[in-house]
Amino acid sequence: MTTAAVSTCPDCTEAVPSADDVRVTSIVECPGCQAELEVIGVDPVEYALAPDIEEDFGE
Amino acid sequence: MSGARGANHRGSLAVLTTRTRLEERLIFAALERRGLPYVQVDDRTLVHRLGAPGAVRYRGVLNRIMSHTRSVYATRIFEATGHRVFNPSGVVDVCGDKILTSLALVRAGLPHPETVLAVTPDAAIEAIERVGYPAVLKPAVGSWGRLLSKVNDRDAAETLIEHKQSLRSPIHNVYYVQEYVDKPDRDLRVIVIGDEVVAAVYRRSDHWITNTARGATTAVCAVTDELRSLALRAAAAVGGGILAVDLLERAGGELLVTEVNHTMEFHGLAAVAEVDIADLVVDHVDRNSPTDLVEAAA
Repeated sequence: MTTAAVSTCPDCTEAVPSADDVRVTSIVECPGCQAELEVIGVDPVEYALAPDIEEDFGE
Repeated sequence: MSGARGANHRGSLAVLTTRTRLEERLIFAALERRGLPYVQVDDRTLVHRLGAPGAVRYRGVLNRIMSHTRSVYATRIFEATGHRVFNPSGVVDVCGDKILTSLALVRAGLPHPETVLAVTPDAAIEAIERVGYPAVLKPAVGSWGRLLSKVNDRDAAETLIEHKQSLRSPIHNVYYVQEYVDKPDRDLRVIVIGDEVVAAVYRRSDHWITNTARGATTAVCAVTDELRSLALRAAAAVGGGILAVDLLERAGGELLVTEVNHTMEFHGLAAVAEVDIADLVVDHVDRNSPTDLVEAAA
């Protein structure tokens, strides 16, 4: 995948690249602080801290 | 019902999601390759007014919600408005609760680890001692190997029960106790779609919990007649659909069905399987979704 956009981590402000086919609700890891980030917008790419995994998540 | 942004999606498939993980990306790619219109519905946006007039908007609904609780209710909401959901609510109910799953598997006569249930902390010690040490305690609802406990002796049992009581949650004081199966360093996962076994993998780990969410690796597993038969029977026992059947092997080779997963993750399997699981899932949903939509009395 190619890098099409760079936005910043809302926690540590590190630049976080995203793929050109990224979707809202995709999860990426911040290369600076390793926080899980959720893509909340794609034009431009925008991140929020991903919601915590809850107790009943998983298959 | 609201949740999907945009105009009328009548005739499209809906994919209910919490996060877009590898599995969902593969499913979206398969839908696009097949030219099937679809809408991604984030479960956090669902709002449903009971009895509100509405029409069936989606041809079928594929549930990929990560939370079991949210999955149970979202499935029922979509079914209440006339949608066909994959998997149906009855399957979600049974597979999402290890106690209900075990009851269904044992009722169907499937080989299953010895399992003893207790619904109070006081009875839990007796349940554990009936199984014998080491015993395994699992939460009735939970995944990814979370809170699985291997209890080696009475001291550990008493401590664990005290800790579970301190969680102050009724569900944590229902006790699901299973024999510890001294298996090889692997378990088996078999994917069943409809009435077919489509793939199987070993999940290997040095840890006794062989879950890919806990670092287990996957390797292709040959589907023997015995494995196929057990997987199909297990899938049927919980209601059938798009399912992942998990099995253990005793040291002597006997296969035991441990659980059946209703919103299967297949990232580990996708890496090694010769078939395209996402495409098979989409094919099943497409073939089993109605093509002539009926307006619903919601």
